[in-house]
Amino acid sequence: MWHECVPESDRSAWPGGRGDFRLVLGQPEQGKGGRTSMSHEDSLRERIACDLDGSFEELVRTYQDRLYSYALRLMARREDAEEVAQDAFVKAYKALATYPAERIRGLALRPWLYRITLNTARNRFRGKKLRTVSLDHPIAPGSDAMWEAADSPEKQPDRRYEKRRERRDIAGVMAGLPDRYRSALQLRYVEGLRLEEVATVLGQPLGTVKSNVHRGINALREALSESRREGVRS
Amino acid sequence: MTSLKKSLAVSKALRSIPSSRAPETLLPAVMRRVGLADTYWRLESPLGPVFVAHSKAGISMVSRAKSDADFERSFERRYGRRAYPEKSVPPAAVRALVRHVRGEERRELSFDLRGLSEFERSVLLKALEIPTGEVRPYSWIAKEIGHPQAVRAAGTALAKNPVPLLIPCHRVVRSDGRLGKYSMGGARNKRTLLQIEGAHPETLEKLASSGVRYLGNSKGMHYCYPTCGGIETLVESNTVPFHTDAEALAAGYHPCSDCRPLAIAS
Repeated sequence: MWHECVPESDRSAWPGGRGDFRLVLGQPEQGKGGRTSMSHEDSLRERIACDLDGSFEELVRTYQDRLYSYALRLMARREDAEEVAQDAFVKAYKALATYPAERIRGLALRPWLYRITLNTARNRFRGKKLRTVSLDHPIAPGSDAMWEAADSPEKQPDRRYEKRRERRDIAGVMAGLPDRYRSALQLRYVEGLRLEEVATVLGQPLGTVKSNVHRGINALREALSESRREGVRS
Repeated sequence: MTSLKKSLAVSKALRSIPSSRAPETLLPAVMRRVGLADTYWRLESPLGPVFVAHSKAGISMVSRAKSDADFERSFERRYGRRAYPEKSVPPAAVRALVRHVRGEERRELSFDLRGLSEFERSVLLKALEIPTGEVRPYSWIAKEIGHPQAVRAAGTALAKNPVPLLIPCHRVVRSDGRLGKYSMGGARNKRTLLQIEGAHPETLEKLASSGVRYLGNSKGMHYCYPTCGGIETLVESNTVPFHTDAEALAAGYHPCSDCRPLAIAS
């Protein structure tokens, strides 16, 4: 982890200027779908506190897949999702530019970015009904192309078909859940945030989030077996 | 299955919903909007492919380069920030560029000239006023911006023009009729551009080599730079050649209010 910070006044003395930060610290680790390790988030946060302009690109690269995916689930249309993600990053930059280094060091970056994205999406659709959580990726309707890459470990077509159908079921059922369950479940499981982070994003007490996740799972489970029964009958 | 197991299966299914990759356009757009980078297009021009970079303030650089990497390097060297390629050019931007180059609309584009001095900026904005198909001498620029002595400095500022073609420094020529230098690939390209724009560089050179600086219109009794309003309109039977302002004034001609051949200061 990176703890030393070049003070503002000495920054010009840093060899090669701010570009060297990235060189010294190496490229961001980027897993599939932009999963980020905590230690990487810590060191990124430290770099942002030291040198926002020099490390902002890395922040965008680290979180763009996650925030775009999240926006896509909120907005359903690709163009809307891209604009929401763009706006969210721009807002984040503007906010970070005004924060003192100490405030940035204390910032939980990941939930903070999700929260900005959620608020941006909400503002965009103020007045209109926000289509929260579309789990179906809005590529071509009925197209299965989007699952292929993600499903690579499952080679047998039958197994893959099964998985696909399961996800489609879940997407349909999720759409019918009350918003409080859906938002909590989405952030917790689909986006993979910790419970405390979900609480930060939604601006709710931890207890509320815990109970919504718990009840949401039960509701989802029941709705799912309900829809399966119907599926068998028809 | 027990209900706990079922719950686990449900949460596992939720976790396995794949995430999408952000489109390639996202990062460049964000970086440009926060002012940390520019984005660029690759366009065709009369001088071959050119790269056109723009920031949130406006068009920041036009340059010929061998490759994307080449352009990005020279951009970063000049501005100290990055330039990202944009795969497609919005049709509205193409239309605006074409209108601008043709001279149909000269105020539509904005330029990012932040890295330049006040003097350099005023030289370039003055060059922007020269219509398509016309040329003005370096001394005209210097006079018009209120620094009649700074002819050479005006030339230097034009040579540093970060957005050639769009700010038409190729329309600024020497008073003796020679076309002068051109930053984007030399004098030959300057000639090519002026030919395309209908400024007839050969006619201009012929006039200048015989010492003719201005043409007077005996009907309106005014005198102009030879290309004012298009060279064809002036190279007619009712035109009178003049070598100096003084000669034209003495003959009772007054300076044209469009091309303003006479020094403002005088």
